[in-house]
Amino acid sequence: MISVLTAVLYLLLAPIAGGFIAGIDRKLTARMQGRVGPPVLQPFYDVAKLFEKEDVTVTPSQNFYILSYLVFMAVTGAIFFAGGDLLLVLFAFTLAHVFIVLGAYAAYSPYSYVGAERELITLMAYEPMIILTAVGLYLVTGSFYVSEIAASEVPAALYLPGVLIGFLTVLTIKLRKSPFDISTSHHAHQELVKGLTTEFSGPTLAKIEIAHWYETVVLLGIVYLFFGFNPLLALVAIAVTYFLEVFIDNTFSRMKWQWTMKEGWGVAVTLGFINLAVLYYFYLGV
Amino acid sequence: MAYLKKSPWLIHYDASSCNGCDIEVLACLTPLYDVERFGIINTGNPKHADVFVITGSINDLNREVVKNIYEQMPNPKVVVAVGICACSGGVFAECYNVSGGVDQVIPVDVYVPGCAARPESIIDGIVKALGILEEKRAKMTEMEAVHA
Amino acid sequence: MYDLIFLILFPCIIAFILLLLNNNRIRHAIVALAALVISAGSIYLLVSSFTQGTVYYAFPFEPTSLVMFALEMGIALLLLYLGVRFKQPVAVLLVLVQTVMMIYYEITWGMTVEPEMNLFIDQFSIIMALLIGIIGSLIAVFATSYMDTYHSHHHEVRDRRRMFFFVIFVFLAAMFGLVFSNNIPWIFFFWEVTTLSSFLLIGYSETEEATNNAFLALKMNLLGGIAFAGAILYLASVDPSGGLLELDALLASGQAAAIIPAVLICFAGLTKSAQMPFSAWLVGAMVAPTPVSALLHSSTMVKAGVYIIVRFAPVLAGSLAGISIALVGAVTFLLASGIAISQSNAKKVLAYSTIANLGLIVACAGVGTPQLVWAAIFLIIFHAVAKSLLFLCVGTVEHRVGSRDIEDMDGLIVRLPKIAAMMFIGMAGMFLAPFGMLISKWAAIEAFVVAPFGLIFVMILAFGGAVTVFFWAKWMGKIIEVTPFGENIEDTVSTGKWVVLGSLTAMTVLAALLFPLISSYLVEPYVLGIFGETARLAQDNVIIMVLMIALLLVLPLSYLSYRKQGRTMPAYMGGRPTTPDMKFLGSLGMEREMTTRNYYFAEYFGEAKLLKVGNPLCILLILAAVAAIVGVAL
Ligand code: SF4
Repeated sequence: MISVLTAVLYLLLAPIAGGFIAGIDRKLTARMQGRVGPPVLQPFYDVAKLFEKEDVTVTPSQNFYILSYLVFMAVTGAIFFAGGDLLLVLFAFTLAHVFIVLGAYAAYSPYSYVGAERELITLMAYEPMIILTAVGLYLVTGSFYVSEIAASEVPAALYLPGVLIGFLTVLTIKLRKSPFDISTSHHAHQELVKGLTTEFSGPTLAKIEIAHWYETVVLLGIVYLFFGFNPLLALVAIAVTYFLEVFIDNTFSRMKWQWTMKEGWGVAVTLGFINLAVLYYFYLGV
Repeated sequence: MAYLKKSPWLIHYDASSCNGCDIEVLACLTPLYDVERFGIINTGNPKHADVFVITGSINDLNREVVKNIYEQMPNPKVVVAVGICACSGGVFAECYNVSGGVDQVIPVDVYVPGCAARPESIIDGIVKALGILEEKRAKMTEMEAVHA
Repeated sequence: MYDLIFLILFPCIIAFILLLLNNNRIRHAIVALAALVISAGSIYLLVSSFTQGTVYYAFPFEPTSLVMFALEMGIALLLLYLGVRFKQPVAVLLVLVQTVMMIYYEITWGMTVEPEMNLFIDQFSIIMALLIGIIGSLIAVFATSYMDTYHSHHHEVRDRRRMFFFVIFVFLAAMFGLVFSNNIPWIFFFWEVTTLSSFLLIGYSETEEATNNAFLALKMNLLGGIAFAGAILYLASVDPSGGLLELDALLASGQAAAIIPAVLICFAGLTKSAQMPFSAWLVGAMVAPTPVSALLHSSTMVKAGVYIIVRFAPVLAGSLAGISIALVGAVTFLLASGIAISQSNAKKVLAYSTIANLGLIVACAGVGTPQLVWAAIFLIIFHAVAKSLLFLCVGTVEHRVGSRDIEDMDGLIVRLPKIAAMMFIGMAGMFLAPFGMLISKWAAIEAFVVAPFGLIFVMILAFGGAVTVFFWAKWMGKIIEVTPFGENIEDTVSTGKWVVLGSLTAMTVLAALLFPLISSYLVEPYVLGIFGETARLAQDNVIIMVLMIALLLVLPLSYLSYRKQGRTMPAYMGGRPTTPDMKFLGSLGMEREMTTRNYYFAEYFGEAKLLKVGNPLCILLILAAVAAIVGVAL
């Protein structure tokens, strides 16, 4: 059930794919703003540059937390692409996130501190919906294993429209797109200086970027699971999803954290719950 | 490899500018000039920055701040003084609390004159600074090699 | 059988020795020795009995029951006296009701019933015995040096250490008795002893607050005790031969026969495990010296409550009453986790986290599928280990730092590095993969999905889990902040405390590493024995989890490489130069200080606010459970 090969492939290829996606993201964003924008390879240049910079921290322990963040983000994806248990993937995902938050706390800096607290808020906001996503996929495909969900012939997206929309909402939170980029933000946006990542620089910041690439691939992988019955359609869905994310990012301003909470929990108790309740009724009769 | 030149992130600080130069710096980011074409990002955080773009002259209140921001930037780093105020103090040079250009407190690598400096010349200055940045990086890696 | 009797009687003997002993040094030695013997005894029990499955022992019923009855009456008199002295009419009334019930039972059936197999041991009992024996006695050892410091800090509190340690060991004995008894009236006797013990320990400092909280705990637990006594009366009246008074016979008699006493006893379990609306007593109990909290929260008292509910899980499974009880647990889990966000008092956060986790256990047991019982037992194990560690750490911090407020814990990693690291591990054990609690939560989600009314439980678990991450992670962040000021004050912590804390930390990690073994040798056989089928995590998942733990153990080694490379510089303060103690010049040259504060969201997750929702809701659910069994009875 577990395939080591795909996990290794993920570990090698995901940063490349993730970096490209980030590059396309920036290009798209620029075009939407009427600019030319940076080259698609720009994210790779950025990370390569960061490795060339001096290694400066507020406290060396930051390095440990960020290394752990990167490692566990990679582990998360490896479990996912090995076809492992989706819930375990989500728990490893949370673990990775707690590590980056701890790294920000460790610095004892006002900006990264507030960023860390806000990151925890976003974590609290998206987590219920993500768990419900796993449960929804289980209900329609009969398995928590990513490999089996992906191979399932059931058109999950048709049975799970509410869950899918809910998931896409929290995906926006997760990718730190406006209006939910309260803890830190990408590109040239600024929030609380740089919020969560304020106190990281050079190679440490580069590791955060790479971890973020890994993360993007896993999250889009979950979108795939909704369309596993038709791989071609799944790829189109992923492309559309990402385009939508960029579009939302560029059309919204940043909102307060209360809004993030309300959205994240709101979609879980309305769309997620109603969708699952209907499924329960049909599948289990209760 | 020289990736620094392909991804210069900058921090922009307004020392005691009249805001004329600041507007021009920001103009560089607009669609018309779009410096992100060169990978340039305005980070607003010294710890992420490679290029310190500073406008306006040094006075008693901002001296420590300018020094602090400069110190908090990881090496290698360059300083671009934008506008005549930042270069020499400009029309404010004789002011009671002004001590002059940015080079009074931190080493400046590129001077971009003008009142206000035009976006073209600002971009030109930053591109020039990137050359210096690359030199500094090469020197830094050399030093590291020697130490190791 | 003698090992069981030894584990029950030995702590009693130690208790009496400690009661008579005034010399502090000798007390330290005896407690340490007794702890060693009790831990060794419980481990011996594990080694000698885990292969045997369930074994019943015929222990003479008559004489023991008489002694217990006499003791019960003695306890009742003591409680009556204290109730009158402290003007607690409700408590007096409750004691009276319960005593009358027990006297009635004794007169009507006491002489006629003849349960034979009065003691027993199975895998679940072994697990409980290990928790009580090892964690309980470690806490007792910790308490010896803690109480020295306590009295040097609190001169106003009367030194009643003899009574204190007497009660602690009686408590342990009662817990052993509770998990080894197959005779329900005996379980009740030990149950009442734990109620009394916690009452005495909570009121230790004799302040008005302590006395009131002690009586609150007493009243709530007596309420449960009355329900328990009601169950005994019911059982005796249904089967005057006393056959149903044996736990295994009752559990085997099927849902129709056993549901009424099961719900009554589970109600007692709800009060003891501080589920809403009874959560107040456990929160109030934090006025006691910290080792008492550690004891109440980890291996004794509240665990007795969930122990009995998990025992009755097969009876509850699939019944409406069971679902209602499970919902009490689920609601408590969600709301108590929420309340924990709004608290800055470390002990209170721990208390609400305990209540929440017990709620989860109750939810699992109430629904009662094999997978959920499996998860519930693991929750009991992991929670006991991590929570005792956390309480003892907080107690130590409180003495060194002079505060139990989380906001005063920034830079703990600088001031008390080892304690902070241990707290870190304890907290990780509470909410992070691949540690214990999360394994159980995971198993619980997978099991709830296919259980009746599963969606409601899954929703609650999803939200409760998210809230849990928030309140733990922000506290964790607080203690690992590396402040540029503060000095190491750790050398004042005594060796005894280090030993205890170190062992508990090691156990937290080991429990996670060894959980496949615990599962296949203890928990799975138990679940298999009860349900005829069992649950387990899939092999590949177990391997992944173990690999993750290994990774977590290896990653700190990366610290070694950071020492050499890299430069450090102060945090970014908007360009302002700062002094090492984070002071800087604000506008107009005024000196200001940088401090950091956590979010508490009192307006959303405030204690009063959520209790206002939770208490009535849980009362309704309990009434629903009662209605369900009344429906069955009619
Ligand atoms: S150089 Fe001119 S425009 Fe620029 S800050 Fe000075 S006075 Fe203003």
